[in-house]
Amino acid sequence: MSAVLVFVDRHGAAADAGLSARTQELLTLARTVGEPVVALAGPLFPAARTGFGAAGVGRIYQSEQHELFDYLAAPKADFLAQVSGKHQPAAVLLENSAEGKEIAARLGIALSAGVICDAVGLDAGLGAQKSVLAGSYTVTCRATTAISIITVKSNSVHAETAADPAEPVVEAVSVSFGAASLTAKITERSAKPASGRPELGEARIVVAGGRGVDGNFGPVEELADALGAAVGASRAATDAGWIEHSAQVGQTGKTVSPQLYISAGISGAIQQKAGMQTSKVIVAVNRDGESPIFEIADFGVIGDLFTVLPQATAEIKRRRG
Amino acid sequence: METSTLNIVVLVKHVPDAQLNRQLSANDNTVVRTDSILSELDEYAIEAALTLVEERGGAAAGNSVTALTMGPAGAVAAVRKALQIGAFEGVHLCDDALAGSDAAATSLALAALVRHLSPAERPVDLIITGMASTDGETSLIPAQLAARLELPQLTFAASLEVTSEDSEAGGGTRKAVIRRDGDTEAEVIEAVLPAVVSVTDQINSPRYPNFKGIMAAKKKTVTTLSLADIGVDPAHVGSAGSWTAIDSAQAQPARTAGTIIADEGNAGVLLVDFLAAQKLL
Ligand SMILES: Cc1cc2nc3c(=O)[nH]c(=O)nc-3n(C[C@H](O)[C@H](O)[C@H](O)COP(=O)(O)OP(=O)(O)OC[C@H]3O[C@@H](n4cnc5c(N)ncnc54)[C@H](O)[C@@H]3O)c2cc1C
Ligand SMILES: Nc1ncnc2c1ncn2[C@@H]1O[C@H](COP(=O)(O)O)[C@@H](O)[C@H]1O
Repeated sequence: MSAVLVFVDRHGAAADAGLSARTQELLTLARTVGEPVVALAGPLFPAARTGFGAAGVGRIYQSEQHELFDYLAAPKADFLAQVSGKHQPAAVLLENSAEGKEIAARLGIALSAGVICDAVGLDAGLGAQKSVLAGSYTVTCRATTAISIITVKSNSVHAETAADPAEPVVEAVSVSFGAASLTAKITERSAKPASGRPELGEARIVVAGGRGVDGNFGPVEELADALGAAVGASRAATDAGWIEHSAQVGQTGKTVSPQLYISAGISGAIQQKAGMQTSKVIVAVNRDGESPIFEIADFGVIGDLFTVLPQATAEIKRRRG
Repeated sequence: METSTLNIVVLVKHVPDAQLNRQLSANDNTVVRTDSILSELDEYAIEAALTLVEERGGAAAGNSVTALTMGPAGAVAAVRKALQIGAFEGVHLCDDALAGSDAAATSLALAALVRHLSPAERPVDLIITGMASTDGETSLIPAQLAARLELPQLTFAASLEVTSEDSEAGGGTRKAVIRRDGDTEAEVIEAVLPAVVSVTDQINSPRYPNFKGIMAAKKKTVTTLSLADIGVDPAHVGSAGSWTAIDSAQAQPARTAGTIIADEGNAGVLLVDFLAAQKLL
């Protein structure tokens, strides 16, 4: 069976942290099309090693060289190019984050390999499914080159452990970086406070607020917490500074496809819809019955979010006793 | 005022208007390009370039902003719009052999174009792009272009500054410094010029073309170049030179409206009833 190289970045991971949901999803997908091999940037602690073993990873190429983390994207692409040269994978899988796509882009040039991003599924012949033009088409596409480079959206596969666990062999890699790779230097990093809520891109349920919340995300957050949901926002709300930019859903924010998206006080502009219209179920609360959001809502309430949301939150709590 | 001048290239793309119904061609699954406009996200790149050169005395001081596009004959409209907004001149790479180019082929052609426009006596200092095209939405081009040109890539910039540190020998080192907003952290990233920078919609508020701009644009030059002009082998671009292919495409039925109710005092409870019926609680 051909090898599928999965890129895992564990820079700054806590010693007792297991594999992230995204990594487990990538490894699960890798097993459906080949034999998973990992390129690991960062430390390998026992918890992660156990996780890789359970996922059936037989070999881990590892580098902790500081250049990988001091410069943007390019050194990681060098690392993957070097490992690909050694192991000749049929495919390289990465997360679909901004950085994942950038690494993939550069790796594509380094290996003369086709890059597919935003994939939600893979068939045995490495055909990748993705949705294009804001959900208006589903396409199957492929790299026509010897190696396929694919970034996979989170939540596209259900993570499972392997039927045959492995005892991973770890091989340290000393990457030789290209001169042009050590040029975009990260001079400052400031961590963002963790919210304690599920991550927006991975959440099963998203409750989002827009200009209609008028500076008060309280009712949105309380409903989100009652549902165990992530909080999202329109650009009007993030631009106003009511919530951090990373909560923005839409063309220039996150694209989400949760089981349930509750939109409150959001009109439903095309750029907002671009980020949420592939959600399974859409619920909208808006005072204005003419709002375009109602054109795509499975359940819509024409009403004031400041009465409808708290009532729904109280009702959920009451039913759960 | 800053004294050093900048020679900036802005990449602009002509894309189908997202407000309209966008389609893939039934023949080859490429995007149908009628009713196209300048990609909205490239307006931020144009504005970022204009801001930088205006801080340095504009055209009079020897700065320049050149808008580049690669695409079929109609794509020149994106360059024209960029000129109306304020770009100084335009270049359109147009060649039948480019049809069906994927990101790898597009970045190859754009890299050759930038090299062609960057003679030793007047090298390009900055290549500014949008964060993503609104049709392809891959964000692959800025990174692939930087890789092909062996230039630093400063991507998803929410702010951009060009600083200079004067060296004793005179002629300081100029750096581009960006801030970028990641999911878990914010980063400051810098690189010595020349560099490729992609900008997000957080960076500025793009200006609209005004009457003066529209009139002035009529006098600006747009140069059309072919692959032969920039020394690219047609076999390396277009469908032939691409490393990806679309096997099949299926139109998704448009979402339709479901149940819409007006709140009569119990809509919150009815909303929860709906969630329960959908097994979402
Ligand atoms: C290049 C570009 C990129 C963009 N990217 C994004 C993006 O990624 N994401 C995004 O969201 N937008 C994006 N936008 C902005 C987008 O065009 C809209 O301006 C934005 O989505 C509007 O946000 P909104 O719906 O919250 O505000 P509005 O359009 O002002 O709507 C507010 C809604 O709240 C309702 N309302 C007010 N008070 C109440 C109340 N008490 N109870 C119930 N309802 C109430 C109103 O009826 C109205 O429908 C982008 C725009 C551009 C140009
Ligand atoms: N054909 C093209 N001509 C000019 N610029 C382009 C072209 N394709 C992409 N770009 C630039 O690259 C950016 C990112 O596009 P993409 O990688 O396709 O999402 C765009 O915002 C443009 O600035």
